[in-house]
Amino acid sequence: MRELTQPAVAARPGPPSVDAQRRAARWDLLVELAVTGAGVAGIVLLLLMIVFVVREALPLVLDPVQREQASLAKLLLPQPWRDGHAPALLWNPTSKVPKVSVWPLVIGTLKVTGVALAVAAPAGVAAALFTSEFAPSRLRTWVKPTIELLAGIPSVVLGSFALMTLASALQSAFGFDFRLNALVAGLAMSLAIVPVIYTLSDDALRAVPHTYREAALALGATRWETAFRVVLPAAAPGVLGALVLGVGRAVGETMIVLMASGNAALVSANLAEPTRTVSATIAAEMGEVVMGSTHASLLFLLGAILFVFNLVLNVTAGAWVRARLARREGAPS
Amino acid sequence: MSGTVPARLGVLALLSWAMSASAGTLTIKGSDTMVALCQRWASAFRDANPGVRVQVTGGGSGTGLSALLEGSTDIAMSSRPIAPIELERLKQRTGVDPVVVEVARDGVTFFVNPANPVRALSVAQLAGLFSGDVTRWSQVGGDDRRVILYTRETTSGTSEFVRERLLGGLDFAPIAQPLPGTGAVVNAVSRERFGVGFGGAAFSRGVVPLRVRVADDEVAPTPEAVKSGRYPFSRSLTFVLARPAEGDTKRFLEWIASDAGQALVVAAGFFPLR
Repeated sequence: MRELTQPAVAARPGPPSVDAQRRAARWDLLVELAVTGAGVAGIVLLLLMIVFVVREALPLVLDPVQREQASLAKLLLPQPWRDGHAPALLWNPTSKVPKVSVWPLVIGTLKVTGVALAVAAPAGVAAALFTSEFAPSRLRTWVKPTIELLAGIPSVVLGSFALMTLASALQSAFGFDFRLNALVAGLAMSLAIVPVIYTLSDDALRAVPHTYREAALALGATRWETAFRVVLPAAAPGVLGALVLGVGRAVGETMIVLMASGNAALVSANLAEPTRTVSATIAAEMGEVVMGSTHASLLFLLGAILFVFNLVLNVTAGAWVRARLARREGAPS
Repeated sequence: MSGTVPARLGVLALLSWAMSASAGTLTIKGSDTMVALCQRWASAFRDANPGVRVQVTGGGSGTGLSALLEGSTDIAMSSRPIAPIELERLKQRTGVDPVVVEVARDGVTFFVNPANPVRALSVAQLAGLFSGDVTRWSQVGGDDRRVILYTRETTSGTSEFVRERLLGGLDFAPIAQPLPGTGAVVNAVSRERFGVGFGGAAFSRGVVPLRVRVADDEVAPTPEAVKSGRYPFSRSLTFVLARPAEGDTKRFLEWIASDAGQALVVAAGFFPLR
């Protein structure tokens, strides 16, 4: 910061007055404080949010009544629910006998995110490879903003599209029993995360130095080999970052799944069955919950689960990127 | 912490009460089933009484009652009986007995897609469908296709009512899909050939209401059957107030009970009190 002002001062004719120097220094200090303050405020807000979520979920551990109503066994193990039926993992916290298994919701989130990623990752990365390596630059100036525009579509619009159009189309195409299911929600979700994955991957691919491409082409590689075997691996950390952000968005996204997934809390691997995600559960149930009840604490626990999931994902991805960079830089060239 | 929350809520209640009183706005919140009806009442009442503003929002009976408890609404619409504990909590907040007023009657209708040949079911068959014991339409006289159940999220008074009256308080089948509004359920069933759902009688566009078999008779949710209670799934639609009505609120309630008010009940697809 201070160095930056030096040339301006030096460019002035004659030595600057002591007064002007002092004023510049004070201004510098103010700006520095403001910028630091903004950064710190962001971190403090994040920490406060974590503290808030954890504090609201804490009664599950501290309050004996809540600990009994949502014990670890009830959260994680199959529970009896109806005479003549085997114990099952169910979520129905407002029932006469509350069922509070988190598995159906976690599985729902994984199913929808998995479908979304399976579609959006190849599509987004391939589109990025195309625009950064193959497309004429004039086409690229068209395609990139258009795909980025997709990111501006409100998720409630994507949800309505899935609910009204996509669900019927998929049902008549594949003959699904259930019109609303994990596949419909996952496909709609992929529309929401393709732009994120595409645009960040494109940036990462274009950041790969041109010398890489020139070297590969000079060695006789085709453009395809250059793109796929040289540029893509070189941009892998950035592409991975794009995928992590995409997954983060998919896991937290609420409106699309609320509208298109059918919201039945089932433990099932079948993508053609309805499913209920963690985020949709929080959104659907937070409005009516009695604050201070076990149900409310459980919803905050779900929030904490989402948070921890994203944290683990980010940390793991970060570690992988660091290991990869270290290997590349350490390799003899 | 727990000590300050009621205090804060109290302040909130006072604030919102003061604000609504000064602005001449009457806020009504709750049952999604009642929103359309209440909006008709509100706009007709506004026309007759310029200067009075009536604001109607939905969210479900539970949402309306918790808003009443927080003091963020003047009237809660409820399509289910009010639990004693809810009345008790309201009384704790205000110190006076809350008031429950019946404003119309409703029959909860079960409906199927027009392509489904099933037109009448007994209460036991309906219970079998929604508890998950019956999974194929062929078990109740329809095609050999899977039954797709639609219910409502737990904020819904309609859902609670059906769970109590149909399943004796047991849970809906885990495979049942809870949707966020009666409109969403109607929409879903109108697009799902083998779907079945329920809602207030006012909603039936694009779906076919089922008759309910009672003894040897098939009872459709007609006004007579609902008023007489012969239709097994009839219920009261009520307004809940935290304290006895006065001023505009009282005029609004009196107007609703009048012939003009009850005529709108019929127009909205519900059943009048008389």
